[in-house]
Amino acid sequence: MKIRAQIGKVLNLDKCIGCHTCSVTCKNVWTSRDGVEYAWFNNVETKPGIGYPKNWEDQSKWNGGWERTKAGTLQPKQGAKWRILAKIFGNPDLPEIDDYYEPFDFDYEDLKSAPEMEAFPTARPRSRITGERMEKIEWGPNWEEILGGEFEKRSQDSNFEGVQKAIYGEYENTFMMYLPRLCEHCLNPSCSASCPSGAIYKREEDGIVLIDQDQCRGWRMCVSGCPYKKIYYNWSTGKSEKCTFCYPRIESGSPTVCSETCVGRIRYLGVILYDADRIHEAANVPDPKDLYQAQLDIFLDANDPDIRRQARADGVPEDWLEAATRSPVWKMAMDWKVAFPLHPEYRTLPMVWYVPPLSPIQNASENSLIEMDRELPDVRSLRIPVRYLANLLTAGDEPPIVTALERMLAMRVYMRAKTVEGVVDESIAQRVGLKSTDIDEMYRIMALAEYEERFVIPTTHRENVEDAQFLRGGCGFTDSNACSTGISQGSLFGGGVRTLSLPTDA
Amino acid sequence: MHEFLFGIYPYICLSVLLVGSIVRYERDPFTWKSSSSQLLRRKQLIAGSVMFHTGVLIVFFGHLVGLLTPIQLFDMLGISHSFKQALAIVVGGVAGLLALAGGLMLLHRRLRDPRIRRTSSFADIGILVLLVVQLLLGLATIAISLQHLEGGQMVAFMAWSIGIFTFDISAASYITDAHIIFKIHIFLGLTIFLLFPFTRLVHMLSAPIGYIFRPGYQVVRSRRKAASTDSSSAHAQGG
Repeated sequence: MKIRAQIGKVLNLDKCIGCHTCSVTCKNVWTSRDGVEYAWFNNVETKPGIGYPKNWEDQSKWNGGWERTKAGTLQPKQGAKWRILAKIFGNPDLPEIDDYYEPFDFDYEDLKSAPEMEAFPTARPRSRITGERMEKIEWGPNWEEILGGEFEKRSQDSNFEGVQKAIYGEYENTFMMYLPRLCEHCLNPSCSASCPSGAIYKREEDGIVLIDQDQCRGWRMCVSGCPYKKIYYNWSTGKSEKCTFCYPRIESGSPTVCSETCVGRIRYLGVILYDADRIHEAANVPDPKDLYQAQLDIFLDANDPDIRRQARADGVPEDWLEAATRSPVWKMAMDWKVAFPLHPEYRTLPMVWYVPPLSPIQNASENSLIEMDRELPDVRSLRIPVRYLANLLTAGDEPPIVTALERMLAMRVYMRAKTVEGVVDESIAQRVGLKSTDIDEMYRIMALAEYEERFVIPTTHRENVEDAQFLRGGCGFTDSNACSTGISQGSLFGGGVRTLSLPTDA
Repeated sequence: MHEFLFGIYPYICLSVLLVGSIVRYERDPFTWKSSSSQLLRRKQLIAGSVMFHTGVLIVFFGHLVGLLTPIQLFDMLGISHSFKQALAIVVGGVAGLLALAGGLMLLHRRLRDPRIRRTSSFADIGILVLLVVQLLLGLATIAISLQHLEGGQMVAFMAWSIGIFTFDISAASYITDAHIIFKIHIFLGLTIFLLFPFTRLVHMLSAPIGYIFRPGYQVVRSRRKAASTDSSSAHAQGG
């Protein structure tokens, strides 16, 4: 057993209002630069829809993630190493920028400088790549916002697999939900596995997956390797970029920008301990429907004394262990089983999890549910088909989703009884396999969601590995040589002087 | 002039190639990249790039082996000069045509596609033009070679190139009589070496062959481990 800790994340889709504050604040901080105008490290999609980039979930087209070969070995879906190298001159699985959208800006200046004329002056779009006029914008980062476009196109959504989708095109039966997406910081990242340069790595201390910009050569295999299409090729610098999980903030104990600014309080951050030696085994279980459980199985309980002992031996700091016992991510994923990985069938063991959304009850009056009191409605009468959610979160396995939705419904019924009627009805909790104290805590964490309970982030212990005296007056964060210290590491020119200790291969 | 171009210029070019590449890799690794433009326009790239790279790699290693292997080795193996030249003409000709076709597709795409044109630097366009011209010159030499198939001219070029690498002062004199097309081809080749560190060509030095030998697929980095291996030097500095 080799215990590592990761800052995991849960997004409670039941509370997402689709305001895009996460996307906008993320963009302002990380991708308001040349070459990544089209890139959204965080974006919010309206489901059902084909998403951004187009049809990203259709791995028969994009070949992202992993596949289990007939021989039972795990390899990137785009091919074994030699296959990936063979594609290096031209990568057939790479999206074109139009699959995202051609980035554009508007000629705002024309509004001020237009001469007096009959027609009202307009700001017309212009491509951010070529600088040329764009007569018509054909696609954008969120083209399907709130069911925009015809159902015919949106229904290409891969999550309709096994769902009789035709009826959901009818106005009376339509449904929708929001899906905010960012890098999953997987335990078994296929981007890093696909990188011929070895520039993409997972940090041992907190599990954040990063791209070494100095080592990236722009072979672009990571872009096609990531099934979530969350690696973006910067066409200006020729390097790939991705969500950094706002690591400078996480290291100092602050939530990521998207989490901090989420007005719906849907985002949770907390420590998860896992067994690094069993990652491969968990990612390689034969039946995709077992992948969700396999991932749960390698998560380790920080309250177990044996686990704590081993974790300390493996270098997990004490305050990280303490934080792990209070982790909201652990509570939702492990204790209450209401959070699920996004598309576990990609076999990447993602670490950004989702609480499925409840939805209005279909034909409530017909089913005489209006006057229902302290009864749990059948989750299959909810507007969003369970199968659709299962395709999104559990590789199509419905029972775990049903349990989660029932528990969330039970929480509402229980709290209604408690606050309106003043009755603590233990039987409601028992019906969904919980205790009333569990539901009280669920309510506190998931509904009230106070800041300190949403974000339980221990700081990184840089003081153990770096001499801060040498960091003083440094320029901090840079992605090029613009702020060189002038001191090289063991190089031809710099000798063996080393002030910053950079991460090395573990 | 001949002495400068083929006796001294090679050393200038090779020195700049070597030192320039090291300095760039050392001082500005962020700029070390392949500069792929596939994201912006897929059309013409996959076919063009695969043909171009495959052809150029064959031509490059053909030149490397053909020019720098001592002629005595071929004699020992019983490979006649005329046979070696024929082989070079056939393999080089086919690979050269492949590379030229790919190169022209890439050049057409780079010049005529607004997305690619607007995002290209002067060096991006310049080096591609030079490479295509070099391919044309190389293919043109085949016509000259076909007029004397005994391989003597080829042996002279081998002597010259080996002479350069063995610091033979009279190296340039071995190819005084070569056809002007050959001379331009050699001069342009040396010039490409000279420009190499200042263009995207540096990506060829990073050909990720090591990927095949990487143990497993995943890369995990640790500060803790870095700290424990560096602790001695860090403490010495910190003291």
